[in-house]
Amino acid sequence: MEQPIVSAPGAGPATLYDKIVATHAIRRLGEKHVLLYVDRHILNEYTSPQAFAGLRAAGRRVRRPEACFGVVDHVNPTTPERTARIADPRAARQVEYFLGNCAESGIECCGILDPRQGIEHVVVPEQGIALPGMVIACGDSHTTTYGALGALGFGIGTSEVEHLLATQTLVYEPLKRMRVTIEGHLPPGVTAKDIVMTLIGQIGAAGATGFAVEFAGAAVESLDMAGRMTLSNMIVEAGARGALIAPDETTIRYLRGRPRAPRDAHWIAALRDWGSLRSDPGALFDKELQLQAQGVVPLVSWGTSPEQVIGVDQRIPEPDAETDSARREGMRRALEYMGLRPGTPIQDVKIDRAFIGSCTNGRLEDLRSAAEILRGRRVVAGVRAMVVPGSTQVRREAEAEGIDRIFIEAGFEWRQSGCSMCLAMNEDVLASGERCASSTNRNFEGRQGRGGRTHLMSPAMVAAAALTGRITDVRVLQRD
Amino acid sequence: MQAFTSVSGVAAALPLANVDTDVIMPKQFLKGITRDGLAEGVFHDLRLDASGNPRPDFILNRPGYAAVRFLIVGPNFGCGSSREHAVWGLQQLGIRALIGSTFASIFHDNCFKNGLLPVSLPIDAVEGIRSHCSSPARSTLRIDLPGQVIQLDDGRRVGFQIDALRKEDLIEGRDSIQTTLTTIADINDFERRHWASWPWIEPGRNTP
Repeated sequence: MEQPIVSAPGAGPATLYDKIVATHAIRRLGEKHVLLYVDRHILNEYTSPQAFAGLRAAGRRVRRPEACFGVVDHVNPTTPERTARIADPRAARQVEYFLGNCAESGIECCGILDPRQGIEHVVVPEQGIALPGMVIACGDSHTTTYGALGALGFGIGTSEVEHLLATQTLVYEPLKRMRVTIEGHLPPGVTAKDIVMTLIGQIGAAGATGFAVEFAGAAVESLDMAGRMTLSNMIVEAGARGALIAPDETTIRYLRGRPRAPRDAHWIAALRDWGSLRSDPGALFDKELQLQAQGVVPLVSWGTSPEQVIGVDQRIPEPDAETDSARREGMRRALEYMGLRPGTPIQDVKIDRAFIGSCTNGRLEDLRSAAEILRGRRVVAGVRAMVVPGSTQVRREAEAEGIDRIFIEAGFEWRQSGCSMCLAMNEDVLASGERCASSTNRNFEGRQGRGGRTHLMSPAMVAAAALTGRITDVRVLQRD
Repeated sequence: MQAFTSVSGVAAALPLANVDTDVIMPKQFLKGITRDGLAEGVFHDLRLDASGNPRPDFILNRPGYAAVRFLIVGPNFGCGSSREHAVWGLQQLGIRALIGSTFASIFHDNCFKNGLLPVSLPIDAVEGIRSHCSSPARSTLRIDLPGQVIQLDDGRRVGFQIDALRKEDLIEGRDSIQTTLTTIADINDFERRHWASWPWIEPGRNTP
């Protein structure tokens, strides 16, 4: 590299975030921004149509179609029998338009029947498209997932999708750096989901706004890639616009042999390079947080913001005890929407639905952890339980292990992959008033259906709730 | 992009914290392939009850707010999903600027890309404007972007900070793609060096 544009790796200790930004900054723009090169652009059917239309209207072309990858995931049905038929004509048109745009631009795209189809943030790591040190953008907030691989991923709006299609760059304002060090070992029954929900509860839904968050420490190092993806994925609910975990042996084991991973001499060269993708000793962060894994318990959201969480052994909080007036008002409103009373033990809360899936918790390891709780047991009468694997490959792998049988015998619907009831853009929707134990990432009002009530938790906790019909401490149902 | 220089109009207060883009633009309005028709989706579940009737207590349904131009919003406005439909819908409702203490980052970028001005002020200043604008009769503001000032109807002026580059883009209504394309030679040069240093990330290299 010639003259570095942003910070100067080599000039002093640098964070991993600064190293990645420095190697992708083309030029400075004004006081705060840089023109940032983006290595990969992931596209979906619902945030890209207006970008393609904009390009067309301006007579512009997709500059690097080979750097783009499209997946249909948000609106497709997840009925157990795979079908590309979409009942909703608007959703069908969106898919048709997306496939046409990709074909016309020369962008590789997974349609509904493609054996690689799945939720974009599950498919992209699975295919080895996201690699350490890359910058990856996508019209979807959960693009931070790729931080698990040591890649800087972040979500963008449709106007930026258009800018990226036309130029392969973005006008980017570098973020402040936060490091979250998680030491110790996770207790049994506690997962990466519980860690990230604990963090969001502590720092709030805007606690990481303006920051890129690097996760470090023994507990992070001991997480498998699925757990690291859960952490990186969901920290966006604290406002982070990027997450990073330094690549290590676990990362390399995960990537080796994936369809798009480098091979032969490139693999050797890549491994050498990835060894330098870590924050230097003494690198300065704008904010540092510590968390002891031993102290983390299974978490459940009680309200309508991902910051409104409590331990499964706790009671629903009392708004009157909150000193901040905006927060107090938010709590009151959330309790009213959720139909809950302060002081109620969260384990007394009954559920109608159970949902396992999403880019946060729809990977094979997530399904295994739920199946472990469900094996030989039955979903209680009156609860409708669904599992939507994060990708078609996850579904196949789970079937090869017999996990599908465990879910089906327990009374879960074993469905096809997609975003499904995480955001309910397809027909997988909660009815008004229905309460759902959900392994997803957002408990916003109406997120899973107008009037629907979402309780976020880990996949194993969803399984436990499905068995008893109420929010349940999974640790009670764990086997030795 | 819609240019923004100086705009006057009525401001409505929506002081809830953490108003997410699902609330601003629910999912059933995301299935289009154009930017049109989103005004009916904005704050849909807040504006209308389950039968589709306007909720009289929601501020934008109250008398005097039909021509609302500004929203005075709570902290972390626009959090959650990246859906730019939220910004398009607000604009189609006639909203030209938002005044708040903090905005979620993707939403904030989306606002600038479309010419919807997000004004960030200290929380006390937001509160001051909100309490002044407690009725439609007192809620007419003027936002002057070149002068970086909000003028209340009693003559009070509240200054605000904004990044110089973003300010220029908004005043000019600039097409940022066109601006970037003027430096395409730099991008080409960068790409060559980038792929020479890290050949395995050149797109198309690892295609099975």
